[in-house]
Amino acid sequence: MSLTKERIGAAPQAGMSRAEQNVEKRRLRGKAKAPEMRGRGRGAAGGRVRLNADTIPILKRLFAYLGSGYMGMFVLAVVLMAVDALLTVRITLFIRELIDEYIKPILLMDQPYFGDLLKALIRTGIMAFFVAVTVFTNALLMRKISQGVIRKIRLEMFSKLQKLPVSYFDTHPYGDIMSRFTNDVDSMRQVLSQSIPQVLSSVVTIISVFVAMISLSLPLTGIVMVFVVLTYFLAIAIGGKSAAFFKQRQSALGEMNAFIEETMNGQKAVKVFCHEDEAEAEFGILNRTLREKTTSANIYGSIIGPVMANLGNVQYVVVAVFGGWLAISGRAGLSLGDIAAFLTLSRSFNRPVSQISQQINSVVMALAGAGRVFALMDEKPEIDEGQTVLVPVEEKDGALSECTSRTGSWAWKKADGELIPLRGDVRFEDVDFSYVPDKQILYDIKLYAKPGQKIAFVGSTGAGKTTITNLLNRFYELQDGRILYDGLDIKDIKKDDLRRSLGMVLQDVNLFTGTIADNIRYGRPDATDEEVVAAAKLANAHSFIEKLPEGYDTVISGTGSQLSQGQCQLLSIARCAVADPPVMILDEATSSVDTRTESLIQSAMDGIMGGRTTLVIAHRLSTVMNANAIMVLENGHIIERGDHDDLLEQKGRYYQLYTGNAASE
Amino acid sequence: MIKKLASCIREYRWFAAVTPLLMLGEVYFEIMIPYYMADLIDLGIEAGNMAEIESIGLRLAVMAVCSMACGSLAAVTAARASAGFASNLRSDMFSRIQRFSFANIDHISGSGLVTRLTTDVTNVQMAFGMLLRMAFRAPATMIFAGMMVYRINRQLAGVILAALPVLAVGMVLIITGAFKWFRRMFDLYDKLNSVVQENIRGIKVVKAFVRERDEIGKFTGVANDVYNTNMKAETIMAFMSPLMNTVLYGCMLVISWLGAKLIVSGALTTGLLMSFINYVMQVLMSLMMLSGIIVMITMSGAAAKRIAEVFDEVPEIVDCEDPVFEIADGSVRFEDVSFGYGSGADCLSDINLDIPAGSTVGIIGGTGSGKTSLVQLIPRLYDARSGRVLVGGTDVRELDLTALRKSAAMVLQKNVLFSGTVEDNLRWGREDATEEEMWEALDAAQAGFVRGFEGGLDYWIEQGGGNVSGGQRQRLCIARALIAQPKILILDDSTSAVDTHTESLIREKLSSLSGMTKIIIAQRISSVQDADMIVVLDDGKINGVGTHEELLAGNEIYREVYESQNKGGDFDEPH
Repeated sequence: MSLTKERIGAAPQAGMSRAEQNVEKRRLRGKAKAPEMRGRGRGAAGGRVRLNADTIPILKRLFAYLGSGYMGMFVLAVVLMAVDALLTVRITLFIRELIDEYIKPILLMDQPYFGDLLKALIRTGIMAFFVAVTVFTNALLMRKISQGVIRKIRLEMFSKLQKLPVSYFDTHPYGDIMSRFTNDVDSMRQVLSQSIPQVLSSVVTIISVFVAMISLSLPLTGIVMVFVVLTYFLAIAIGGKSAAFFKQRQSALGEMNAFIEETMNGQKAVKVFCHEDEAEAEFGILNRTLREKTTSANIYGSIIGPVMANLGNVQYVVVAVFGGWLAISGRAGLSLGDIAAFLTLSRSFNRPVSQISQQINSVVMALAGAGRVFALMDEKPEIDEGQTVLVPVEEKDGALSECTSRTGSWAWKKADGELIPLRGDVRFEDVDFSYVPDKQILYDIKLYAKPGQKIAFVGSTGAGKTTITNLLNRFYELQDGRILYDGLDIKDIKKDDLRRSLGMVLQDVNLFTGTIADNIRYGRPDATDEEVVAAAKLANAHSFIEKLPEGYDTVISGTGSQLSQGQCQLLSIARCAVADPPVMILDEATSSVDTRTESLIQSAMDGIMGGRTTLVIAHRLSTVMNANAIMVLENGHIIERGDHDDLLEQKGRYYQLYTGNAASE
Repeated sequence: MIKKLASCIREYRWFAAVTPLLMLGEVYFEIMIPYYMADLIDLGIEAGNMAEIESIGLRLAVMAVCSMACGSLAAVTAARASAGFASNLRSDMFSRIQRFSFANIDHISGSGLVTRLTTDVTNVQMAFGMLLRMAFRAPATMIFAGMMVYRINRQLAGVILAALPVLAVGMVLIITGAFKWFRRMFDLYDKLNSVVQENIRGIKVVKAFVRERDEIGKFTGVANDVYNTNMKAETIMAFMSPLMNTVLYGCMLVISWLGAKLIVSGALTTGLLMSFINYVMQVLMSLMMLSGIIVMITMSGAAAKRIAEVFDEVPEIVDCEDPVFEIADGSVRFEDVSFGYGSGADCLSDINLDIPAGSTVGIIGGTGSGKTSLVQLIPRLYDARSGRVLVGGTDVRELDLTALRKSAAMVLQKNVLFSGTVEDNLRWGREDATEEEMWEALDAAQAGFVRGFEGGLDYWIEQGGGNVSGGQRQRLCIARALIAQPKILILDDSTSAVDTHTESLIREKLSSLSGMTKIIIAQRISSVQDADMIVVLDDGKINGVGTHEELLAGNEIYREVYESQNKGGDFDEPH
């Protein structure tokens, strides 16, 4: 350790230390990369938090959700809130009234009579009971409205997500989409269940208190208004400062979390390179920044309470002094009792004003989140104009007829009712493709696979192998040319049916939380237990599944952490096998598994390829050896094609790859 | 646990100590202000006494300013203390983790550490800030206001004594009732998130198998559970404000009735009645607040416990008292070594091996045969259970850890690059490497592709190295190890995603570095067949040692593997 410490100490102090430089670089990088994603989850888009033209439509849309099915409830809730606020004001005034109109008269009586007081108390008691009832009803209503709307938004978001093209997921980082589902929806829930009710009830309180105050004294109301304006602007100013610091804190927190995540996940590498001290130095900088920002954010966040409350107290004094002077000097026709009543009222005026100003900040921040949620909902869904569908058929006397249940044979049913048997004939005709304009990935791809044939793709990373397979199942749309499937343009086939007829084994295995059987059945939900087991056997997965504690009912997590990489791959092959598609797309895994598992995977792959048209991205020699045709891809072009022997004879790129020698050099 | 956490307050202890005092000040003024407000009405306005109004008004104004000062200062000190505390806590944890050995890391997994350093610390920080500001404040308000109530009128004070238990019991019932559902809700939120997470990650699978509708069904199910649980929790919570209202207004009405009688009998003034009602409200409100604090602290207790676990974890591998800094050469010797993880069974036993400096050694064996375990003992990532591991003729336990690990560079099976430029990543190997040395290392590792990157050495590597391919990542990791110019280079299956041709070029380059001992774990025989010595491991034991030819002739396992692989090469990511 001491060696490293010395070196750090000896590092040139001119300017920034290495750790500071690294932190700075990463920060700049983050800013440059995604300015709109900074501080995601919380914080409005701009530096300043305020309502503007952009937030109005979002607010409208949020209210539209209330309208759908909850409008009655919402109106009722608002009415109840108003009733509640009025009753509360009334009860507040009652204490004053109690003294002026009941207790004082009793004091003047010879025989104290408490009957009127008792009646007044009972009246107030009834009012108090109503307040309790309205408050309770309101809480129940608001809970139903906010939870209902949030559930609706969640479901809509998720359904929408299912309809988005794969390109959306390529361009939006996973964390970004997740944060819309968690942070952003959560802030919307808060707005609906807390901010909006509070603002509404504050408004009602303000209006009713205001009317009561004006009826008592105009000049004193004037003084209160001056304080209200002061309160409002102070609250906005402090709130704005606090929001700004909170945003800074969020981004400091984000930077630190990213660093922690990276370091913790690479902790073993840190140890191997003795990088502990450097990691601590960088962490120290990030930690200090976070501390500073947190401190500022929290100071402004909690200073607002005492400032507002005491501003109210000062207002009380000013009103009392001015009111007293008015009454004593006999101006404005104010009685002393009026002033006392006014003072009581004015005290209940400050709280809602500062509440509103505080809520405005959180509403605006939440609307930014709502904006991101709505942006997701407004994304363009996948295009699907295909009319041709896949139907189970029966063959009788050489003629096809449609069936209602699964028969094992299939046909394409065109919009006009014509049935074309599903054979698995795939043709690419002059296909061009690019993910983003100006960056073409595939050029002029021509190829065909007759039913039952196996086509292998080889070539370096980025040559376009995966892209070709992704075009066949229409994960992406072609730029030019067309793909024919049993003679039909794939654009004319309904997407769901097209994909159902294609099996896919991806290089990155994605499993889902559930039992092993659930995961295999993912390929075809209506598969029987026997079919699941048969598929597992075909995929060489049966023997390891049997050895698991619960067999096919063993629950695995989505990452498949209980299974080895090889076992996950076998499962994904079984998942494809149970679907029993006529055409298969295989992406052979490159991850290192030991020789035995590799041969298991190999034979599983061979097992399910039998008799099907297969497009395979090949990494293994045995796969290409028995392919009907091999396509060698480079930079989006097919540069060589033919079977193994042809290509070896050509002594081109394939030969070079095969022998591991640069023959042409 | 509390002692360890409390020790992190350190230099912020003054802020932490002052905050409750300031809070007490604020509470004092908060209690006294309504008292003088009552006086202002009674003695000033009702009496029509302008002088009295002015003098009480002035006093009130001063008190308001003092209260504001106390409150604001407390906000500052509380923020400093809690943020400082959290920062110390994080920093202590981070340092602690940096001293962890591999065994500790295995014990507390990586993602668990992330949660502890982030969410858990934030929760504890919030609870601590709350504790500073509210833990004294709420009881103090209750006591002060209670005293005032008592001072004003003892008989009326009885009303509060009757009301408090009702409110307290009601709140306890509500909170405990809702708590159960809230806890379930956290689990459900986790479930909801994991459905979305798996869906996004596996979107291609979802689409390929046309399972969108089922996914929506799955999501709807969980979303409905969340909805129902939330509704249940909030239904229970909905009783909170009516309870509060009922108790509050009930008290007010009873006090008004009794108060009126007392006023009539001359035992109470109207102004005092108003203050009395005010204090009653404060007492009840602070009880509410207290319940909030208790809930929050209970919730953060779990987080504190998880944090404490990090401090309880004892680093297993530390430098010895008087370490040797000089590593003589790159020779490695295993003497009767056995090893196992944690308290598990031995996964290596009876290992005796002599690797001369500068030689190339290949290690072959199936999954779980102990290849990785074996090489991890060399840079002392783990300690052997019995026997000795010697590097350069010295027991690794007597060597300085930094010196040892700098001389025995290991490229891990799970290669990790860090966000930063290519250059930053290479500098992990050696801080002061020149640009020339970097290119040299890159070329040796067949990572010349960096030249084609935008910005070359300045090319930005994303977190986890997501924007370079698997093969490129492996080659960059090798370059990073080479740049350290180690005496021993250990490659743990580090070229699995590199094509045969490129791999052979890397091997060629490595063999030209004659002073360096090379230890290569591989799945492919072709990766090790030229080695001076090949070790075949099976079930934690050395099954055979020899050259390719010797093993082919005399070792069954080796021959089997060779034959299964000799059908041909492969096409993994050709360059």
